[in-house]
Amino acid sequence: MPTERVLERVIRESSRKLLAFLAARSGDLAAAEDALGEALCAALMRWPQSGIPASPEAWLLTAARRQLIDQHRHDSVRARAAPDLLAAADQAMNALDGQTVFPDERLKLMFVCTHPAIDPGARTPLMLQTVLGLEAADIAAAFLLKPATMGQRLSRAKNKIRLARIPFDIPEAKALPERLEAVLEAIYGIYGIGWEDAASENLPERSLVNEALELGELLIRLLPEQAEPQGLLALMRHCEARRPTRRDAQGRYVPLSEQPTGRWLKPLIDDADRLLANAAALQQPGRFQLEAAIQSVHNRRLITGRTDWPSIAALYDGLASLAPTLGVLVARAAARAEVDGADVGLELLATLPKPACTAYQPYWALKARLLAKQGQNEAARTAFEEASRLSQDAACRAFLQQQAGQLD
Amino acid sequence: MHYTILIHETAEGFAARSDNQQRDAYWAGTMAYLRALKEAQVFVGGAGLQGPETSTTIRFEQGRQLIQDGPFAETKEQLGGYFIIDVANLDAALDWAARFPQRPGLVVEVRPNLPND
Repeated sequence: MPTERVLERVIRESSRKLLAFLAARSGDLAAAEDALGEALCAALMRWPQSGIPASPEAWLLTAARRQLIDQHRHDSVRARAAPDLLAAADQAMNALDGQTVFPDERLKLMFVCTHPAIDPGARTPLMLQTVLGLEAADIAAAFLLKPATMGQRLSRAKNKIRLARIPFDIPEAKALPERLEAVLEAIYGIYGIGWEDAASENLPERSLVNEALELGELLIRLLPEQAEPQGLLALMRHCEARRPTRRDAQGRYVPLSEQPTGRWLKPLIDDADRLLANAAALQQPGRFQLEAAIQSVHNRRLITGRTDWPSIAALYDGLASLAPTLGVLVARAAARAEVDGADVGLELLATLPKPACTAYQPYWALKARLLAKQGQNEAARTAFEEASRLSQDAACRAFLQQQAGQLD
Repeated sequence: MHYTILIHETAEGFAARSDNQQRDAYWAGTMAYLRALKEAQVFVGGAGLQGPETSTTIRFEQGRQLIQDGPFAETKEQLGGYFIIDVANLDAALDWAARFPQRPGLVVEVRPNLPND
């Protein structure tokens, strides 16, 4: 009997591609979600007893189709969307029957969410909901909004897609850069969520990481002449290469500087560097290529045995002028501290925007480390405590408390 | 699918229609646009409207009709005309809307029409 976790993962993974296909072909995201939603409920009831079917997609699609036909017979209001959706379901049936690979329309779904005709506040939430299947309530929490407000925003956006007939397509050249940026951000966001929570290597979150990698690969195949998608995939692969050493055997957090390079995944690193070289040849510098280059320098420690901090600091300087996010600015302060000393790092930290950085865990963790280096133990301890308080991850919290403890 | 392109004009835009210096350029641009719509076979209908000072509004209050001089809202831009076009999707409609001759302060709005059936 499949465990709940495996069940959840299979349902999520098989339903996302189906949703993307049905929405892209019918133009009606909300109706496609409704039809699939019922099928997912049926799967959750049946599969624990019957086991996972050989083709989960085909099972879900058959259930959704049956649902649509029933609706068409009984419900005049909701049935208005049915003909287009039913036609889409038939096409999906054919695609599943044939020998061909089931078309993956998830990127089209992501791009439609970035359309300028959609409320800017709904774009990222819509991507998270439709491409990842996150619950509206969870998305609301992440955006600090009431679930009802978020629900309304999402359904208004879906309505607009259907009524104004916003095309499910890859944007033309002139609109591409801006909309591509949003898609790249979202994929990296997906990877980030998976990375943060994958500490315990549990299945659903691992699948978020895999999903991000998969979407990154898809994007490159779709837009081979764009450099930034290759930069993004290189970045994610460089990070993945260090996955085996992020935690020790007891599950404790291990900082990058202390990770044993012998267990890093060399093929992933080589692959990422190849991508980065391809991207560079396209001569379109960008944020993700810089981030990937930084990770590439870190990973070169596998070969050279040392970290080239001057290169990393220089790359962060470039990144800070291109994308001065809080994360980048704190990481740049850390790199500068390695090159020019703890006092320079602390000076840079002091220039960060005030209320925002005081709620940011890495700010406090770095500040603590630099203060400790200067021998300011009392101030360092306070900063470690603040960092630990802001940390979501238990292993990370334990590490910070241990560091604070070593100050005595 | 039918979309309506709504042209919102400023007071200066309305004034340009009858201004000796600007009149020719104003109408030449609009007529060229109309021709392009027709040549591309996307034109369904449309009209240019007289200025808002010619508008009359009817409100219904407690079962009574109140007829008043003026447009329904006193905004800086006022509806100056519209085109109904038949194209595949919003992107195609936006492309056409963006081709309307630009003037300072002019705002173009695109709305999908209700289906006819």
